[in-house]
Amino acid sequence: MPNTNTARYTASEEFPDLSKHNNHMSRCLTEEIYKKMRAVQTPNGYTIDSAIQTGVDNPGHPFIMTVGCVAGDEESYEVFADLFDPVIEARHNGYKKTDMHKTDIDPAHLKGGTNMDPKYVLSSRVRTGRSIRGLCLPPHCSRAERRKIEQISCEALAKLDGDLKGKYYPLKGMSEEHQDQLINDHFLFDKPVSPLLLASNMARDWPDARGIWHNDKKNFLVWVNEEDHLRVISMEKGGNINEVFKRWCTGLQLVEKYMKESGYEYMWNPHLGYVLTCPSNLGTGVRAGVHLQIPLMSKCPQFDEVLGKLRLQKRGTGGVDTASEGGTFDISNADRIGFSEVELVQMVIDGVEFLIECEKKLEKGESLESDIKGLKQK
Amino acid sequence: ADFPDLSKHHNIMKNHLTPGVYAQLRDRVTPNGITLDQCIQTGVDNPGHPFIKIVGLVAGDEESYETFKELFYPVIKERHNGYDPETMVHPIDLDPSKLAGGKLDEKYVLSSRVRTGRAIRGIPHPPMCSRAERREVERVVTDALQGLPKDLEGKYYSLKTMTDKEQDQLIDDHFLFDKPVSPLLTSAGMARDWPDGRGIFHNDKKNFLVWINEEDHSRIISMEKGGNMKSVFERFCRGINEVEKLIQEKGWEFQKSENLGYILTCPSNIGNGLRCGVHVKLPKLSQEPKFNEILEKLRLQKRGTGGVDTAAVGGTFDISNLDRLGKSEVQLVQEVVDGVSLMIDMEKKLEKRQSIQHLIPK
Repeated sequence: MPNTNTARYTASEEFPDLSKHNNHMSRCLTEEIYKKMRAVQTPNGYTIDSAIQTGVDNPGHPFIMTVGCVAGDEESYEVFADLFDPVIEARHNGYKKTDMHKTDIDPAHLKGGTNMDPKYVLSSRVRTGRSIRGLCLPPHCSRAERRKIEQISCEALAKLDGDLKGKYYPLKGMSEEHQDQLINDHFLFDKPVSPLLLASNMARDWPDARGIWHNDKKNFLVWVNEEDHLRVISMEKGGNINEVFKRWCTGLQLVEKYMKESGYEYMWNPHLGYVLTCPSNLGTGVRAGVHLQIPLMSKCPQFDEVLGKLRLQKRGTGGVDTASEGGTFDISNADRIGFSEVELVQMVIDGVEFLIECEKKLEKGESLESDIKGLKQK
Repeated sequence: ADFPDLSKHHNIMKNHLTPGVYAQLRDRVTPNGITLDQCIQTGVDNPGHPFIKIVGLVAGDEESYETFKELFYPVIKERHNGYDPETMVHPIDLDPSKLAGGKLDEKYVLSSRVRTGRAIRGIPHPPMCSRAERREVERVVTDALQGLPKDLEGKYYSLKTMTDKEQDQLIDDHFLFDKPVSPLLTSAGMARDWPDGRGIFHNDKKNFLVWINEEDHSRIISMEKGGNMKSVFERFCRGINEVEKLIQEKGWEFQKSENLGYILTCPSNIGNGLRCGVHVKLPKLSQEPKFNEILEKLRLQKRGTGGVDTAAVGGTFDISNLDRLGKSEVQLVQEVVDGVSLMIDMEKKLEKRQSIQHLIPK
């Protein structure tokens, strides 16, 4: 939290002790870079100290590389490029300062994924985030800005019709009964408890201006003002991720259209793609995944190696940083930038089909050696 | 549009922050650049409980109390029993010779302790200080502690470089403080950059101890087993007075004012910031229906043996003064000594199955 006494102390006196730290920020932030960026602020008054606070407060773990810095507004990525560029490059597999991002939200380009075996694929989901240009991001926004984001989002969502027609439920004043319903639907998000999020200041004023919008069919859902301005989620039980993606693309584009009618747009640029709070979500911000029942495959010693080759990531069924239950894993794309939305969902479809084949083989007691050997790095 | 929604809140800040006051104060900044929103964030984020009155406000720096007095003063008045900072002067008295008695019955009193806090003038408080400022506080205070006289001489253990062995020892001694987990503290921003700039000093005799950069710049604690509160208070006064002298020699001072006394992070601790208490065995008295009423009349407060917000174990309570602002250190310690003595008398009577009616204060 800034006070304005920066002139009284040198950058050296202020530089954080990162000797025990292990996150992307701590690996990239030198005293030189810190000194240069300490002398500037974004037009909204966001400082380098605020951006790195979460990384300073959360030293991380040698096996789990967290990012360790967040953006307080769209301009953060420019003003503090000397830190964000190397962090992005390290976190996104060598994505360079000069690289251009490709966007493809045309579901017609997707192949397959219409009927993945429901014996293994319990549910399918696609999510992304969006930020509204001109307003500060959750780490830095004021109460008034946050309320404005809620207002703009709700106005746009109110125009959705047909299968996408739905309603907004603010977290503030939600009845216990309704809360339970949303938890059962796996829709409800709660006040962040992760120190990674709390240290970046995004839980301030909870639950003011936070809420959940979902359609009557309960398969298209928008979170307002959690870690990003908007999180847009399409999901359903079973393995038709193609349909999930189609609905997601349609909803996303309609919401953007309606926002533009009111004079607002998403934060986006040709290099970073869609701009979000955490550098790990830049580009497409897409996490497309399934809950996959693979009790045998997940015990296979090469499981992680296979996931790596398929460019997939495993999580527990409670989401990030949770444990899997009964051999059921959340399997999703590992990348966010450098590939288009269609390409990422395609990787999930192809990868999941491969994992199902592996599971079937293991059920029959067959060996996976040749399959794994023949698997090429995507 | 920026006014916080405090409709479900129960804290003292909420009682006094009207939209009018907010509008008046929101564009002001202290000389250190601190704003009202920063001071109230903890109260906005922690709605509180109807039965437990918390303050809901912190001072980002010494000047916050004046810059935002339209909010701070009424909060102080409510929290400190009607003390009016506009008109009143806070008495300071750190002369232990004025304490009458002070040796409590060790059959009942297990330990005695006096603590307070002190802030260094010119540097923002833990919620708002930068890393460099926090390190400066650490430097200023540890320099002074090196100059203490013989029986107060000791060693500083920085939280950052402490060995595991040292850590275990400090935990066993009940000295170690840990990174705050209470959302009341963390949402005020005081846990940033942990454990940078934090540490513990204690003397070789292990009865005088200083915490650096926890909730305040410094917390000063004198304690010992048994009931000799006189000795604890005497050492406390000597230690604090020495430290003040030593920092003044280097051109620093404690934050202090005529009407607010010693200035600290939380408005509940200003004045003398003094909590003088004992761990005392009152298994029978604590079961009496009038126990809470007696405490109230004696201006005392009970806590569990783990400190604030913990439960009592086996009839042993932490009993300390309720008041902070408006009474001097000597007065408060006297109240604790007299009050605890009286409660021990009551306990003894109850042991003999005698009535305590006539002992209950009016």
